[in-house]
Amino acid sequence: MTEESPEIDAPKADAAAAHTLQAEPIADMPLLRIEGVGKKFGNFRAVDRLSLDIRAGEFFALLGPSGCGKTTLLRMLAGFETPDEGRILLGGKDIAQVPPHLRPVNMMFQNYALFPHLSVRDNIAFGLKRAGMAREKIATRVAEMVALVKLDGMEKRKPDQLSGGQKQRVALARSLARRPQVLLLDEPLAALDKKLRESTQLELMDLQRRLGMTFIIVTHDQEEAMTVANRIGVMDAGRLEQVATPRDLYEAPRSRWVAEFIGDVNLFDGEVGWREHNRLLVTTKDGVTLAVAEPRQTVTKSTVTVAIRPEKVKLSRRAPVSDAANTHAINRLEGVVTDVGYLGGLTVYKVKLDSGAVIRSSMANTARLDMDAYLVGQRVVAWFTPDDCMVLEQ
Amino acid sequence: MSARSIFARPARLAAIAPYLWMVLFFLVPFGFVLKISLSQTAIAQPPYVPLFDVTEGWAAIKAALAELSLDNFKLLVSDSLYISSYLRSVFVAVTSTAILLLIGYPIAYGMARLPRRWQPIAMMLVIVPFWTSFLIRIYAWINILQHDGLLNKVLLALHIVSAPVVWLSTDSAMYIGIVYSYLPFMILPLYATLAKLDFALLEAASDLGASPGRAFWLVTFPLSLPGVGAGALLCFIPIVGEFVIPDLLAGSGSMMIGQTLWLEFFTNKDWPVASAAAVALLLLLIPPLLLYDRLQRRQLGGAS
Repeated sequence: MTEESPEIDAPKADAAAAHTLQAEPIADMPLLRIEGVGKKFGNFRAVDRLSLDIRAGEFFALLGPSGCGKTTLLRMLAGFETPDEGRILLGGKDIAQVPPHLRPVNMMFQNYALFPHLSVRDNIAFGLKRAGMAREKIATRVAEMVALVKLDGMEKRKPDQLSGGQKQRVALARSLARRPQVLLLDEPLAALDKKLRESTQLELMDLQRRLGMTFIIVTHDQEEAMTVANRIGVMDAGRLEQVATPRDLYEAPRSRWVAEFIGDVNLFDGEVGWREHNRLLVTTKDGVTLAVAEPRQTVTKSTVTVAIRPEKVKLSRRAPVSDAANTHAINRLEGVVTDVGYLGGLTVYKVKLDSGAVIRSSMANTARLDMDAYLVGQRVVAWFTPDDCMVLEQ
Repeated sequence: MSARSIFARPARLAAIAPYLWMVLFFLVPFGFVLKISLSQTAIAQPPYVPLFDVTEGWAAIKAALAELSLDNFKLLVSDSLYISSYLRSVFVAVTSTAILLLIGYPIAYGMARLPRRWQPIAMMLVIVPFWTSFLIRIYAWINILQHDGLLNKVLLALHIVSAPVVWLSTDSAMYIGIVYSYLPFMILPLYATLAKLDFALLEAASDLGASPGRAFWLVTFPLSLPGVGAGALLCFIPIVGEFVIPDLLAGSGSMMIGQTLWLEFFTNKDWPVASAAAVALLLLLIPPLLLYDRLQRRQLGGAS
């Protein structure tokens, strides 16, 4: 064996040779374009005329609650479901009606779907044999894959003789062996325990970067999606609610639904009052006026929801002293601590405001011996800046 | 007395119950048959000697033991009647099992692929014939296969044949009867294995470039082999010893071992030779059982 190195060349060479692209691919054409794709099961609209572009080399996550259609969408990309409408363009070619065994994409299955009667080596070689690859080339590629997922010495084992983590690696190696143009991952880490899942997420990211491949992962675990993906598509009821980077999704959600789905959030419904110094003044239902930063897109409605992430809400015994010019710059809400949840790194407080509303605040426990912890029943001021507030139109 | 020993006792009983059953209804009767196979025929009641009588003491038992011999087994080997009926039994059983597999596999496969709610109904349909006695169903086949029976009437009406075909008392009739009777025993274990098959494996195969046909041969079929083995054994073993179907449907030209046994036992009243034939049959069936056991172990054991 000459090639001991786990490095494998980027799939571009293979893909370009194997795939008949148009003579001159359009420069900004995405690798994968989903165009108005819809799928119904009986009367249930699983995917509702969805459009999405995914660029080559992206690690894209489809995130959503169960039944949101993310798995159906992935299965349509793999070819296990045929869309009722719309097009799926891979490298400019519509593959919506192409059967799965003829598509240059591969999938890593949720429960791995390893062939129980085949050894690790034969599982990995399965797709290569179907592609009619020469025997020696298969052996070399399998060895590369085994090294890539660190399964050396396990080649002869059957899936039953592997741990959950090892099975996951075999499944990954098997789906990568054919160097697909797009790798689809269906809840690939759901069966692993938390520790292993976290380390595997990092390995997956590293692998994707090294191979320069396009990965599309389906997950219901938002932390997982935030960790691994460059971009996340949040799905609900067969539609994409928002497609954004993890940071934008968290700090600039487009709708109340996304804000609530991703992470924890305090929500206050209110009426837009007046504007001053790029600030909107919103009067909540409980009669509190909040100063919020005017969002990038102009607010057209008079009724909005102000959303503040709990870690942006700070607590103090007294309101922070602010200079006169900035009097309106900080929102100060007084109240009483009603609940303290100690989580180790964080402590989550619930504060019942004098207005009657409840606000949650999470504070990092940055000092080991914290004299500043707040107790239930204590009067506090919850404060946050206008920039910490997100304005959502309903 | 600890709680553990109170509960341990019935548990232990439950554990030995199957062995008790085997000893009482298999090993003890087999001991009788084995003993008779080593005896000689006699015009007596029962029709063989020696007899063991424990009341006559140790010396008598020793004398009886001395009288036992392997003569009957020597006869089995030397007389072509027995050898040819063994061979015919094995041949009929192999052929029937092959036909059963060819017919049963697609049926079981189709059942396993039905929508979940239809599967119990399909299963019922396979089992329903058992509501009628086996013997009655074979007699019904005599009716269907006879000269002016249903089969010939249909064939004539469809102009497939110009004159009635002789079905009854032929090997074809026997094979029809055997395949008909044993089909459920082939279908049920096959169905049980195929229904358990994870559909995701087929998706994985097609995802990795296998056409539906390749996916079947590379994934479905190898994974259904335990069912194939179980179904084949479940059919092969009783067919080897089959008596009623060949006796009622096949011609009188050549006999299966079950028929030879019957002849020796009831017509010739030669219990010792009949017993020897039965013991030999049992020995004949051990190799396929061991083979199956080994194959299954290999399936389960993996590479180690």
